[in-house]
Amino acid sequence: MAKITVDGQTYDVKAGDNLLKTCLSLRLDLPYFCWHPALGSVGACRQCAVVQYKDESDAQGRLVMACMTPVTEGLRVSLEAPQAREFRAGVIEFLMTNHPHDCPVCEEGGECHLQDMTVMTGHTFRRYRGLKRTHRNQYLGPFINHEMNRCIACYRCVRVYRDYAGGKDLDVFASRNNVYFGRFEDGVLENEFSGNLVEVCPTGVFTDRTFSQHYVRKWDLQHAPSICVHCGVGCNTSPGERYGTLRRIVNRYNGEVNGYFLCDRGRFGYGFVNSERRIRQPMLRGEPVSGETALAHFQGLLGGHTIGIGSPRASLEVNFALRELVGAEHFYAGFAQGEASLAAAILDVLRHWPVHNPSLREVEQADAVLILGEDVANTAPRVALALRQAVRNRAFERADRLKIPRWQDAAVREAAQGEKSPLFVVAPNATRLDDIAEAICRGTPEDIARLGLAIANRIDASAPAVADLSQEDEHLAELIGDTLTAAAHPLIVSGTGCGSLSVVRAAANIALALSNRREGRAVDLCYVVPECNTLGLAMMDERSVKDAFAAAKTRDLNTVIVLENDLYRRADAGAVDSFFNGTRHVVVIDHIRHGTAAKAQLLLPGSTFAETEGTLVSLEGRAQRFYSVMPGSGEIRDSWRWLADAAAKRWSNIDALTAACAAALPEFGPIRNAAPPAGFRVEGEKVPREPHRYSGRTAMFANREIHEPKPPDDPDSALAFSMEGASVDVPPALLPFVWAPGWNSHQQAVNKFQDEVGGALRGGDPGVRLFESPETAEPRWFDEVPYRLRDEARWRAIPLYHVFGSEELSALSPPLAERVPAAYAALHPEDAERLGVGETLAVRLNERVVRLPLRLESSLPRGAVGISAGLAGLFRSDLPAWIAIEKEGERP
Amino acid sequence: MDRPLTQNIKPDLSPVTLDDYRRAGGYEGLAKALKEMAPADVIGAVKDSGLRGRGGAGFPTGVKWSLVPQGESAEQKYVVVNADEMEPGTFKDRLLMEADPHQLIEGVVIAAYAVQADTAYIFLRGEYHLSASRLEQALGEARSAAYLGKNILGSDFDLEIHLHTSAGRYICGEETALLNSLEGKRAIPRAKPPFPQISGLWGRPTVVNNVETFCNVPHIIRNGVDWYRGLGRGEDAGTKLFGASGRVKKPGLWELPMGTPIRVLIEECAGGMQEGYTLRGFLPGGASTDFLLPEHLDLPMDFDAMMKAGSRLGTGTMIVLDDQTCPVRMVLNLERFFAQESCGWCTPCRDGLPWVVELLEGLLAGRGRPEDLDQLEQLARLMGPGNTFCALAPGAAEPLQSALKYFRADFERYLKPASTARVA
Repeated sequence: MAKITVDGQTYDVKAGDNLLKTCLSLRLDLPYFCWHPALGSVGACRQCAVVQYKDESDAQGRLVMACMTPVTEGLRVSLEAPQAREFRAGVIEFLMTNHPHDCPVCEEGGECHLQDMTVMTGHTFRRYRGLKRTHRNQYLGPFINHEMNRCIACYRCVRVYRDYAGGKDLDVFASRNNVYFGRFEDGVLENEFSGNLVEVCPTGVFTDRTFSQHYVRKWDLQHAPSICVHCGVGCNTSPGERYGTLRRIVNRYNGEVNGYFLCDRGRFGYGFVNSERRIRQPMLRGEPVSGETALAHFQGLLGGHTIGIGSPRASLEVNFALRELVGAEHFYAGFAQGEASLAAAILDVLRHWPVHNPSLREVEQADAVLILGEDVANTAPRVALALRQAVRNRAFERADRLKIPRWQDAAVREAAQGEKSPLFVVAPNATRLDDIAEAICRGTPEDIARLGLAIANRIDASAPAVADLSQEDEHLAELIGDTLTAAAHPLIVSGTGCGSLSVVRAAANIALALSNRREGRAVDLCYVVPECNTLGLAMMDERSVKDAFAAAKTRDLNTVIVLENDLYRRADAGAVDSFFNGTRHVVVIDHIRHGTAAKAQLLLPGSTFAETEGTLVSLEGRAQRFYSVMPGSGEIRDSWRWLADAAAKRWSNIDALTAACAAALPEFGPIRNAAPPAGFRVEGEKVPREPHRYSGRTAMFANREIHEPKPPDDPDSALAFSMEGASVDVPPALLPFVWAPGWNSHQQAVNKFQDEVGGALRGGDPGVRLFESPETAEPRWFDEVPYRLRDEARWRAIPLYHVFGSEELSALSPPLAERVPAAYAALHPEDAERLGVGETLAVRLNERVVRLPLRLESSLPRGAVGISAGLAGLFRSDLPAWIAIEKEGERP
Repeated sequence: MDRPLTQNIKPDLSPVTLDDYRRAGGYEGLAKALKEMAPADVIGAVKDSGLRGRGGAGFPTGVKWSLVPQGESAEQKYVVVNADEMEPGTFKDRLLMEADPHQLIEGVVIAAYAVQADTAYIFLRGEYHLSASRLEQALGEARSAAYLGKNILGSDFDLEIHLHTSAGRYICGEETALLNSLEGKRAIPRAKPPFPQISGLWGRPTVVNNVETFCNVPHIIRNGVDWYRGLGRGEDAGTKLFGASGRVKKPGLWELPMGTPIRVLIEECAGGMQEGYTLRGFLPGGASTDFLLPEHLDLPMDFDAMMKAGSRLGTGTMIVLDDQTCPVRMVLNLERFFAQESCGWCTPCRDGLPWVVELLEGLLAGRGRPEDLDQLEQLARLMGPGNTFCALAPGAAEPLQSALKYFRADFERYLKPASTARVA
């Protein structure tokens, strides 16, 4: 701690931080541009100048940049000194010499950090009479607009894109007042975190191109606290709505999860909510019917043998409502068969092994990382971004030795050069973390599992050994094993990506081996799961669609209710077809049309994440609540309400359903505390979803009704579809958006909502963790060592993932769809040459022959065929698998 | 009078050969350092000699070297020669490199020995083609003669010197921007601390000194600290190259004792003003120093004395302003250069300098307003030391602020009558 004096006031603050962060944490208003809590200080913009005094007798003082000034005992500064105020206003005036006065037509207007800082410094009158420099803008792809004339050269874009996210194709060019931030030529920004440019840019150089398609001002958006549904990470988001359409998604800070950043799949994948493919009307045998008719019909179908198939992309509550409707023994989780067993195996490890499932903030603390069989950048991008920060820990250690503060960003990077904490990537193919890996190993899932088990054995000799390991793998097992053993915070990352139980179990063995070497202390183990509620659903039920199909065969099946799930993504088309053919009645509740919806006799319009409440369990085992951004329009209802209305027992609101779920399944007990209940009030008031400047309230529906409509009721949350209500002391889990007086840019306004800038949200980061390391772990080594697979006649088909495309819903978003590649098969070039195959490859997959464009991928193991997972009909449900390559000309 | 730095330089400026250099006592300092002195003794001698950096800032060289971590556990270290001589009006290092390259090489080897670095770089201004070829030649000779390479002069000290020619930016003369450029990065300065002695080239301890600074070192080691201190006439030790350009009779470069009065340089060495011209003022140490006036001619050319007079010794090469040259146009010419050479990193420099240029151009074009002069003063103040990331903009502000102080009437002459100036 240190005692410092700011404008005569003394404060006890943390020593060693930079003064800017300290001032902001003290809730003082000090303007800044180039600094960012996650990026550190570089001292470029000179906006955060304050006057520092030597001692009490020093009346003159000297100007220093707060972001570059370490907080030390006895520090005396003034933010208000005329000299500091004049300089800060001067910096804004400098920036304004070239900044266009286009705020009225700039999409950043209203949430622009530059606007905020200009107002804060008091610069109002333009003295500069010269011409402004102008730039050419670039086409940067479907996600990001580029308007370089607005640039104030704070350098945050290149720092977040290159230094933080590892991107290569955005840089700064030229010099003096002609510096240019862009690509070397027009083209799509490649990095999957490009969307963060929109939020990190303090002005309107980089704006959200998807938002431009249906732009409104920030203050005209209705928001809700939400959770991303496009992978298992559970990033917190703040979607915005106007006139019934979802307009955009921005980051919602959660210090333990996503911090300040989202991936592009999460940010730009929302388009499915507004899609033409939405199911908006109940359909009975293909004909639209009213909600009442549909419900009555639904109730009529519930007699006889009825089963329910849930979904890992649906909330705990809606799955539970279905389970209650059909009875636990007739509820099937709706996983693909492989997914079900993988999820069960992961749960077993999380429940009973001496492991700690780390938050992303904890992932960033790891000093040695092994990724075993997961293409994290494609399956859980935000985890990959956290791993990119973890490898910097060795740089920070070096900086500590040289007495360079960790927040001195450029200096730390310079001192460390390329030095990184060890990260090992063991995966079937090249990944976008290979560039930071100390060693890379590629192989089939079986090779990966064997190496994993050998690593465990290297760490703890009592772990099962692996016979006939190659010399190369033996060396690698030694290197990785010894590195993990020597680390203070080792981390194992694995997951369902390989589709291999052996891989999942090998990762657990490594964690157990490390735990044994650390006197039983829990070891960080992060399993990547594919969907937003994979883990939560697995906790409820572990049965796959195959189990449901089997049940249908044993007894005459009257009705199947399929909930928010396209079974054609979970099993072979043939199997699904025959299941539907053998079922008398098919009821589908979902929000989007797909193959399964097409089979529905009764199709009920359910709600997307943007129109309902619920709880999702992330890969961290964190139960998090999401809230409706807008009421469902027309006949769209909360999916759980269709089920509740059809059931004999009814839940009055989502809280009652959540409570019922928690009561029925004790493991879910804590989910009631994931967020405040619907009855929660701040000084008697609900929390408004709309900013207090929301415009047009009285007139926006005047085309339909000249009277101002009553805002829709919301019985399911403490939020209101209104601009009126509590605006202070809102619990973090209920924050629809962040705003503070003078701070309209949410990435900066969030400073005012944190305990300490960059730390936890005041009141605690939202969500409750469902798994803590067991008190008494009773693990037994997994000892089924897979064989080295050799098969001359058959090929090992393995899934290859794409951040854009492998996930079902985001791929329906038009801008994102532009980035989805066509389905393909991939071979090692030498295999392709041996086979004499050229442009296409015909593979026998799912009992049918598919001809796919061939990609040559030299990172693939020999003897393997990479199949693009989830793209255009190629679902990953049954991979890895042995397949045959059809000879050209032999078959169609 | 001793002129150690230029003693070997031939009237025709052809390069001093290795043999010539050795005949004049060259590489004796190196031999003495390697055979008779521990590295710490060399640093001690340089410290005691009072040698101050000749690149413009005047930081004590021995102190700089002593900040480099020493000892068994010390890691890779570097010595870097700042030969990116691009200060307008400055042409002193060029002479030293073109005419006596071995003097520089010897200085670098001794410095590297003192801080125990095994690799050195000469970062040379790209346009100095002749320096480059003569340095390459001399480096080859030094290698052949075992002054470079493994086991120099039979000791266990190794050093390799690499010559790097710059792609050409003024900012590369700023030592940390130089290091970034040498690493292949954008030439932008680094935050200090950490200083290069702690985290310099490729993040490793590095000493960066000016060419002329290194050239002093062999003489200090060979002739001793007392001799060196005795060279100066005033507060500071040693001799220095001083130059004069502008409308003097004999523009040129002379080696003079530190502390020599300015009058000696301008009136004796440079022969005074050309016929028909009167001295109005001068920039004493290159373009980025404050103007001084004829009344300052008797000041000694020492770092502190010049500071007290409100300017800086800088590189010691004077740009002389005569009575028939417009100081406003002269300042505009300089500010255009500085605005062009701003690296674009920090706001006051990047956006302030072009504004200065804009105002001066407006003034000269008859678009000036009375308040513009106050604003120029404010801009110079906002770009002052500490306010910007490096010394470029504060240096650029110096001729501007001092011209406004001393030659304000010349600025006002360009203002239109107030009644017409504010017509929109």
